[in-house]
Amino acid sequence: MLKKLTLLAAAAAFAMTAGAAQAFPDKPVNYIIPFNAGGESDISARLQQPYFKKITGEDLIIQYQAGAGGAQAWSVLNDQPGDGYTIMGTNLPHIILQPLLQNPGYKTEDLTNIYMFHFTPDALLVRADSEFKTVQDVIDASKENPGALTVGGVATNTANHIAHQRFADLTGAEMTYIPYTGTGATIPGLLGGEVELLWGYTTVAAGQGDKVRMLAVAQDERHPLFPDVPTFKELGIDMVGGAYRGIAVPKSTPEEVRQQLSDIIGKINADPEFIKEMEDAGFAMLNVPYNEMDAFMAERQKVYEDTARKLGSLQ
Amino acid sequence: MAFDIGSVLAQAISPFNLLLALLGVVLGTVIGALPGLSATMAIAVLVPFTFAMDPASGLIMLGAIYTGAIYGGAYAAILVNTPGTPSAIATTFDGFPMAKRGDGDLAMTLATLASVIGGVIGAIALMTLSPLLANIALAFQSSEYFWLAILGLTLIASLSTGNVLKGLIGGAFGLILSMIGVAVVGGDVRMTFGISGLLGGIDIVSALIGLYCIPVLIDMVARPDRHLEPAPLGRGFRFFEALGHCATNAFNLFRSSVIGTVVGILPGAGGSIASLVSYSEARRASRHPERFGTGEPGGLLATESANNATVGGGFIPTLVLGIPGTPPDAVILGALLVQGIRTGPELFTQQSGIVYIFMLGLLIATVMMLPVGLLIGRYAYRFIVNTPKALLVPLIAFMTVVGSFAIHSNPHDVLVMVSMGALGWLLSLAGFGPSPIVLGLVLGQIAEQGFMRAYMIGGARGNFGGQLLFDRPISWAIFALIIITLGLPLWRQLRQRKAKGKEATNDI
Repeated sequence: MLKKLTLLAAAAAFAMTAGAAQAFPDKPVNYIIPFNAGGESDISARLQQPYFKKITGEDLIIQYQAGAGGAQAWSVLNDQPGDGYTIMGTNLPHIILQPLLQNPGYKTEDLTNIYMFHFTPDALLVRADSEFKTVQDVIDASKENPGALTVGGVATNTANHIAHQRFADLTGAEMTYIPYTGTGATIPGLLGGEVELLWGYTTVAAGQGDKVRMLAVAQDERHPLFPDVPTFKELGIDMVGGAYRGIAVPKSTPEEVRQQLSDIIGKINADPEFIKEMEDAGFAMLNVPYNEMDAFMAERQKVYEDTARKLGSLQ
Repeated sequence: MAFDIGSVLAQAISPFNLLLALLGVVLGTVIGALPGLSATMAIAVLVPFTFAMDPASGLIMLGAIYTGAIYGGAYAAILVNTPGTPSAIATTFDGFPMAKRGDGDLAMTLATLASVIGGVIGAIALMTLSPLLANIALAFQSSEYFWLAILGLTLIASLSTGNVLKGLIGGAFGLILSMIGVAVVGGDVRMTFGISGLLGGIDIVSALIGLYCIPVLIDMVARPDRHLEPAPLGRGFRFFEALGHCATNAFNLFRSSVIGTVVGILPGAGGSIASLVSYSEARRASRHPERFGTGEPGGLLATESANNATVGGGFIPTLVLGIPGTPPDAVILGALLVQGIRTGPELFTQQSGIVYIFMLGLLIATVMMLPVGLLIGRYAYRFIVNTPKALLVPLIAFMTVVGSFAIHSNPHDVLVMVSMGALGWLLSLAGFGPSPIVLGLVLGQIAEQGFMRAYMIGGARGNFGGQLLFDRPISWAIFALIIITLGLPLWRQLRQRKAKGKEATNDI
């Protein structure tokens, strides 16, 4: 009897591994978001959810493990089973800056990113009734009175803070950066007149409609939702960047599964319906699959390191 | 208006939506009652289910869960002396003393009535004055948040009557705790002692559970007497007695609900500040301020009406400005976005049908809290009173661990909860209460960030004093309240002393 059971179990185990090799996934996949619900990481994950189901026939289950700006989840990613059924959202510049500036309990190279699927481009925003009509207006005003203009953004050593420093480096515009708790808190700061300008993202402008005006976006090409807003590049300021979002797996995940997951996310990213939903919310699409990840990360690493050094956060 | 009131009404009170509202309130109440399980979490878990419903039904259910969870926070606060949510911190002040002396049934009924009244006032403000009130969210800036937090901190003085020094030490300790982690302004890593888990700071909810719950548990084990005095049989809900208290506190209820609505509108303030400020105001305005903290129905009514009023208030900037008023609002805003509903003033004109169905649904859910809350509250009270300690203690202990783990599904928070609990117990032996520490922890970050931003902006504009206080009329008002709150007891004392002095001279 016992022998039979063992045999059966072995057979079942064999069938399961064989099944996994044929069709991944064959059960629901857990998708851990290292932030609270309601943020941009959550919204983009929720937009992915139905397409994942459509392509694989399996559910994508979103969970939250917020804490320490994402570090609490990232520091335990490699303790999770590496079977492809646990994946985790990752964010740039967080996963590069945090290990650079603090000891968050993980290193950038500990995280195995399998796809970077979108980013929210940095954008310089003003109130709709602001005297600043162009980026040049801002540069002129800030040169006339260095440090007198205030520009809000999310916290310190973040994507917004990096954008602020990059802009200062490239244009010589000296402004005072005012850190807020989160994107939600920056908007009343701008609309209520506490700060003159805001480092935000295209998503902020998409959410606020005609109450704010974007002066420029840090993308290669203009955002489809804002055809009238120039890119920094057009204005001769070499700024392309923002907050990038991707997906990582535990280190123990086999190469084959990493590739399969990368392919699935790539397929979702290619769906015109999905692209439209993402762009309507203000996101910008990005396609960095698993095999191009190392080059992409190396390039971003260099940009963030240089800027962090200038911010004085890094010796 | 671009919609038909009749059809809105018909949709909002369709049997299916009513059922959803009922389900949401029951679920929310139970979740809110369990320490650690928060409204934010409940909503986040249920958001995907609402995608299968039509947007209005989904919203009604989320709103019902939210309002139920804020109300449910009162249960643990009254019956176990542990705020189930930060919104219920101030509810412990008078709620638990009432339960302790055998008035738990009355306290539960009062909390239910106050929550319904506050919730209805908040919901009515949302329905009628939204576009107007949304501007309050913009009028409050960093300096106002700073003064608001300081106003909250003045409560320490009045809470620790008898030993102000210990209260202040506790508050200062709470402020130090609030500094742990990576600073939002400046990015410094403070007091983490190399532990990466502390980078995110001390989680407020795990600290709440630890500081309030663990000493109560140890106390229950250490002492042979009952946890709560049992109520004599056959007293029912004491509904009319509670109504009487509401009638004498009518103005208190109204003031607290208005404070709750306004504070709810402020992004980043939330239910904890709303209930603390309204408690402080109720105490100040009362003819018997000395009764507050010993089981005064007025205090309980103030906090519970204020925190439920934040629900309606919080939706105002969420729907009008796309700026979430409270963390659960952020989740709901995300859900709206995924459903393709754009918030903003247009929401009230173009998609007004959905919005009004939702608001009406919220109002109905709030009213449903009355029967639901009375029934569940009575059951919960009886359960806590009748369950033997040998069963109750392990059960609550288990819940503290589950609750603190559930905050971020992270064992680190359990560790924080247990260490704060041990610390809270040791401090309570030395006569330090948990409330000043918690006030410092909750309000420290708001005060620090508000001050730092005002300082930096003032510095950039060369006008620090103006930015912090002099050019800001709303700050004047809050500053005046601080002076009154701190000065009134002194003045009263002085007057009493004078009166006594006169008596003394008359005697001669």
